[in-house]
Amino acid sequence: MNLAVALLVGVVFGVGLTLSGMTDPNKILGFLDIAGAWQPTLAFVMGGALMVTVPAFASIRRRNRPILETKFHLPPDGNVDLRLIGGAAVFGIGWGVAGFCPGPAITSLASGAGSIVVFCAAMIAGMWLSDRAAPR
Amino acid sequence: MNVVVEPDVWVRALAGGALIGLAAAALLLLTGRIAGISGILGGLVLDRRSGDRAWRALFLLGVVLGGLIFLRLSTLPAPGAPGAPGGWPVMLIGGLLVGFGTRMGNGCTSGHGVCGLARLSKRSRAATLTFMFCGFLTVFILRHVWAQ
Repeated sequence: MNLAVALLVGVVFGVGLTLSGMTDPNKILGFLDIAGAWQPTLAFVMGGALMVTVPAFASIRRRNRPILETKFHLPPDGNVDLRLIGGAAVFGIGWGVAGFCPGPAITSLASGAGSIVVFCAAMIAGMWLSDRAAPR
Repeated sequence: MNVVVEPDVWVRALAGGALIGLAAAALLLLTGRIAGISGILGGLVLDRRSGDRAWRALFLLGVVLGGLIFLRLSTLPAPGAPGAPGGWPVMLIGGLLVGFGTRMGNGCTSGHGVCGLARLSKRSRAATLTFMFCGFLTVFILRHVWAQ
């Protein structure tokens, strides 16, 4: 049951990513290029998602447990530290270099393009390197 | 500064974003999990906890299938359409940085942005502000400083 849910929810997520325009790296770079011909429309992707998640998460978290499992699996509410900010900064630089973040890169594997395969393989290698350089 | 607004593009952005939000809300409500792509991928390939890998693999398979279904049903451009700027060296460097940074910083646009902001997590708010700022700064430097 959980596995069927994971697959279905993944499909909806993938359709949303593709429909939204997040899978076009030129659009992402256009969005990040404030000083050029700025394309602000991708802000609506985050806006559209938050319009759903903000009220939904608030109401879901009043529940004692999710529907199919016995407890929620949420990251602990820690402090803002150097590791968090450093990691987010490196991610932001990579996003600005290639125009892909992880979700759109995975869903773009559907195109079969070699450059996307290179990006996803490099992304996994980068995760592995992070564990070596800064063990969790 | 020029601002380019394409009407059908922002409607797609809003509708696609709402679908992403719907998927994230469904995953939390049904399984109690956060729909953060980098976390789900990292947990699948690096953490290797038994019993925790099948749902991660199926979720990611679904994300690819979503792209394939869209390709079949839509006349809109394919995901990751050709014209990815810069070719494979840029994709290689960008991929390494995105993987390293999201693993170190515990999340990406979906986990910190879409889900973390909605959970009112102060870590996610700080991370989202940081990666947005660094994305803007990187494109500014590459396009307007370096390229001059």
